[in-house]
Amino acid sequence: MSLRAHVVVRRGALLVDVDLAVADGEVLAVLGPNGAGKSTVLRVLAGLLVPDGGRVAVGDDVWDDGDRHLPAHRRPLGMVFQDHLLFPHLSTTDNVAFGLRTRGVRRAEARSTAEGWLRRVGLEGFGDRRPTQLSGGQAQRAALARALVGEPRLLLLDEPLSALDARTRLTVRAELRRHLAEFAGCAVLVSHDPVDAMALADRVLVVEDGRVVQEGTPAEVARMPRTDYVARLVGLSLLPGVGRGRSVELDGGGAVAVAEEAQGPVFVAVRPGTVSLYLSRPDGSPRNVWPATLVAATPHGSTVRCDLDGEVPLTADVTATAFAELGLQPGARVWASVKASEVAVYPR
Amino acid sequence: MAFLVLPLLGLLVRAPWSELWPQLTQPQVGQALRLSLVSATLATLVSLVLGVPIAWVLARSTLRGRSVLRALVTVPLVLPPVVGGVALFLVLGRQGILGRWLYETFDYTIPFTTTAVVIAETFVAMPFLVISVEGALRAADARFEDAAATLGADRWTTFRRVTLPLVAPGVAAGAVLCWARALGEFGATITFAGNFPGTTQTMPLAVYLALQSNPEGAIVLSLVLLAVSLATLLLLRDRWLGRSGVPT
Repeated sequence: MSLRAHVVVRRGALLVDVDLAVADGEVLAVLGPNGAGKSTVLRVLAGLLVPDGGRVAVGDDVWDDGDRHLPAHRRPLGMVFQDHLLFPHLSTTDNVAFGLRTRGVRRAEARSTAEGWLRRVGLEGFGDRRPTQLSGGQAQRAALARALVGEPRLLLLDEPLSALDARTRLTVRAELRRHLAEFAGCAVLVSHDPVDAMALADRVLVVEDGRVVQEGTPAEVARMPRTDYVARLVGLSLLPGVGRGRSVELDGGGAVAVAEEAQGPVFVAVRPGTVSLYLSRPDGSPRNVWPATLVAATPHGSTVRCDLDGEVPLTADVTATAFAELGLQPGARVWASVKASEVAVYPR
Repeated sequence: MAFLVLPLLGLLVRAPWSELWPQLTQPQVGQALRLSLVSATLATLVSLVLGVPIAWVLARSTLRGRSVLRALVTVPLVLPPVVGGVALFLVLGRQGILGRWLYETFDYTIPFTTTAVVIAETFVAMPFLVISVEGALRAADARFEDAAATLGADRWTTFRRVTLPLVAPGVAAGAVLCWARALGEFGATITFAGNFPGTTQTMPLAVYLALQSNPEGAIVLSLVLLAVSLATLLLLRDRWLGRSGVPT
């Protein structure tokens, strides 16, 4: 593991206390809601914020430890900001060359290296433009080149895609993915968008209220969320309960039949697409049938997302046709059912 | 409005247009004009050198007692200039706290020299620059400075290569304001530097003196100062008048 950090910062009522480790060549995504402290962690790693405690070390070099604090400008790192923060008074080339110039590289050499990087990020010929003359995607690519040009040991990305429109976001995300794969150092990406985190990271750290609540590969986090926040992000209904063999007694009341044996405290995760709605109690196979009230219905692609309230709170995705045939209105009484084999269950 | 505009119109109406050129080319006028321009420019340069760092401290540092510093900087704005002149005299005069030491060690006295004019003008005009630059610094996005730090720039490099270019318009506006104020300085100058043609008699002093002996000359000189004020206003037009009148 090349980056090892234990970051402790007190910000008003919020105590941020996060442990993280990133290997060389690995990309760690820090995922969390706004105000969870994930940007604070990034600022500490960058050296822009002196932590109240903990330790930051890259390889054998200690950056923060007790009274020791290596200021940002002496850390071999690159950082990409949400709204690129390219210097408006410098040309794109000079922006990219900036980090080389401050580290003592001669002007001509810095410029030619910068132009090489602009080529790598697909901005050949844009070097003389001012940042204001670049589109959002171009500016963010230039910002990436600026961060990478000094061959940093640590690359920090603070919501690098969230200021872009949906289409640009897609292409820049793909390019970012490619550059991250080529990057030899450690990378830490902060995001509140699960898609970015899942697409770009090798590992995901979920931070809520200043604490790590879940850690794992993107697939693990997506399949087995451990908090309501993550469950909502990945589009699952999360039901905590206690396993009793082929049935889970939910903490909120009611029970769910499951396909696998479950014992002790578990989570049950239900995918909205597997939930069916009926106007009257269905007969036959499904063992999991609950009465519910439709609270809200919002169009979601070709389906309608229905939030249900009842003993077992669920979200159901039904096709627009089915929704129309059922003639559902908010407040309507329905029956929700899901097959035992469609329910995921994993220990808490 | 009429109250504000009428006196200026009066100045234009009473102006001896036919005698404008002969009056302007009088040696005394030229002397005063040159002295005014030189000393106001020097005072602006001194204000830039001293005032920009002060503004940076006020806007960026986490120093304790910043509010006290800000109050001290703004005192000359509200202080009657004559009082400023008296204060300068008490400190830098031959019998003053610093002035005596200067006189005894270097045999040098400041009052009643062109240096005194520059000092008096700087004292009165620098707050305009400090306040303008501080405002520009506060309005500038400090995250650019974070970005510079992550790119290996220490504080000084960041200030020189990022902060200063970002606030350049604010610095320029502050300098113009400062220069205009220095050009019009009267009270502190006459108190601290006196009124000697050629060395300390600036335009405003010449206007005041001329009003008693040669009213027409006074009007001509006033017109010149009015023209300079209007030019200043034009220079700052985009900054102040363009944007719903809120100075930054």
